[in-house]
Amino acid sequence: MQEERFPGHPFLPYLLILPSVAVIVIFLVVPFIQSARGSFFMTSAFGTRTIYVGLRNYIALFHSSYYLHSVLTTLIFAGFVIIIGLAISLAIGLLLNQKIRWQGFYQVALIWTYALSPAVAGTIWALMFAPATGIVPFVVARLFGGYVLNWMTDGQVALLVVSAAATWKMLGYNIIFFLAGLQNIPKELLEAARVDGAGPWRVFWKITFPMLSPTTTFLLFVNMLYAFFQVFGLIDIMTQGGPGNATNILVYKLYRDAFIYMNSGSADAQSVIIFIVIAAAAVVQLRVATRKAVYAR
Amino acid sequence: MTRKTRNKVLTHTILITLVLIIAFPVIYALITSTLSFKQTYAYPPQLIPGTQLWQNIVAAWNRASLGRLFLNSSLISIVVAIVKIVLSLMAAFAYTHFRFRGRSLLFPMTMVTQMLPLPVRILPTYQLMADFHWINSYYALMFPFFASTTGILLFRQFFMTVPRDLSDAARVDGTSPMRYFFQILIPISKTNIAALFVIEFIFMWSQYLWPLIITTTKNMRVIQIGIKMLLASEQQVPEWNVIMAGAIIAMLPPLVVLVLLRKSFAQGIAMQSEK
Repeated sequence: MQEERFPGHPFLPYLLILPSVAVIVIFLVVPFIQSARGSFFMTSAFGTRTIYVGLRNYIALFHSSYYLHSVLTTLIFAGFVIIIGLAISLAIGLLLNQKIRWQGFYQVALIWTYALSPAVAGTIWALMFAPATGIVPFVVARLFGGYVLNWMTDGQVALLVVSAAATWKMLGYNIIFFLAGLQNIPKELLEAARVDGAGPWRVFWKITFPMLSPTTTFLLFVNMLYAFFQVFGLIDIMTQGGPGNATNILVYKLYRDAFIYMNSGSADAQSVIIFIVIAAAAVVQLRVATRKAVYAR
Repeated sequence: MTRKTRNKVLTHTILITLVLIIAFPVIYALITSTLSFKQTYAYPPQLIPGTQLWQNIVAAWNRASLGRLFLNSSLISIVVAIVKIVLSLMAAFAYTHFRFRGRSLLFPMTMVTQMLPLPVRILPTYQLMADFHWINSYYALMFPFFASTTGILLFRQFFMTVPRDLSDAARVDGTSPMRYFFQILIPISKTNIAALFVIEFIFMWSQYLWPLIITTTKNMRVIQIGIKMLLASEQQVPEWNVIMAGAIIAMLPPLVVLVLLRKSFAQGIAMQSEK
């Protein structure tokens, strides 16, 4: 427990936290409450009146095949980004976490994608997959006897390309945190297991992986936020939700409903649904993080 | 060869392959940025660098007024990073060095911050900016980003490890808390400050959705939107050479920040995941 280090300053701590509390309340909490409130209203056709509609915005969403399709697309996309991304990053982290030469070089050469923005990543992948001119359709056509890979017309290919681009951009970030987590595992523990005759595979599953669980849970949460929201720029640059609605993930649908179709009640309801999912994930993440703290001390 | 050397050779081979695979998209983008328009549509795709890099950079720069957008992005990224660092330092100092009513609310508050990313409050925040008459201004680009969970938790973690003797000695000497904060606590937090700067600069530089909706004139756009403008320009087919030149301009500042501050950044991250 922290003790008071400077007694006799009753007002100072309030002054110190005031700016943080103010920005959180004004720009986060109050707008969110308004989102929640707005989700129970509907704006009339000419935007002149707002009408209380109870849960009708929510009911309409769950009856809309567009929305349900968007939910499914988001789950597939996020699942790909999280599972494939974390698996590859953990494997690279394990490779890097050895006594090898040029370790500094490898670290920089493997984490730099963290500095790219989703929009830049999307632009570069759009170039690589550009139908007719890009390098990837060219190689695919050569390898598979003239198969025409066109992600601008094939929805499934589009979703796959967008997911791969988003995963690639996040590799750097994930490797950074896995490496930090791996380096915090006590060496004696791994040594003891090895002396007891456990093979590398067993050591990994019985010691390394469980000891990494706080890092893994944290990354699960961050990657989820990334796949839900931060990829907006990547989607907007690459596919704008298309072709059809094949890559129309929730955040993109929300943006369109809010700012292009001006359907504010529905957009607010979508905001609230996303919040509930994020909040649930945040609570789970916190549970795991605190359990570790108890376990370690 | 002994087994050990063979393993080492294998590890290096795998790592170098991985480095190349991960770098390939950017290498391809770099090559494309040096080609002429005609070369970008050559069949088979050309993988040998051309000589048009400078012309492409100039074309991208002029076409989307990237100079102005570059300045806008730099300004908001630096200011937001600094404000977030200052606010988090202050809050973490209060949290770890004082006892006050409502102190126990600070942790739940940071948790709530994590749960409220922009999309879950996007319409009311937009409305708030309209009420403040901030649409299409730097204020609107920056203010909604000033809350920082990462920063508060990072500095809290670090301040808790600062030995009590340090603050006790300061207090016995009659040093005021604020003086202790500025002259002792902040200087020893340099590594964490640098780490947080990297995180927040990259975060802000990458923003796309909020600048897209909150800015309405060309001179208030940010560089990420500039790339989109290059992609969507009047041409029938994308001018990939010019677009890639723009993309490279947009990716340089955060890369430079990461590479320059990588040591502090790595230490800061290591400390944070120690918990």
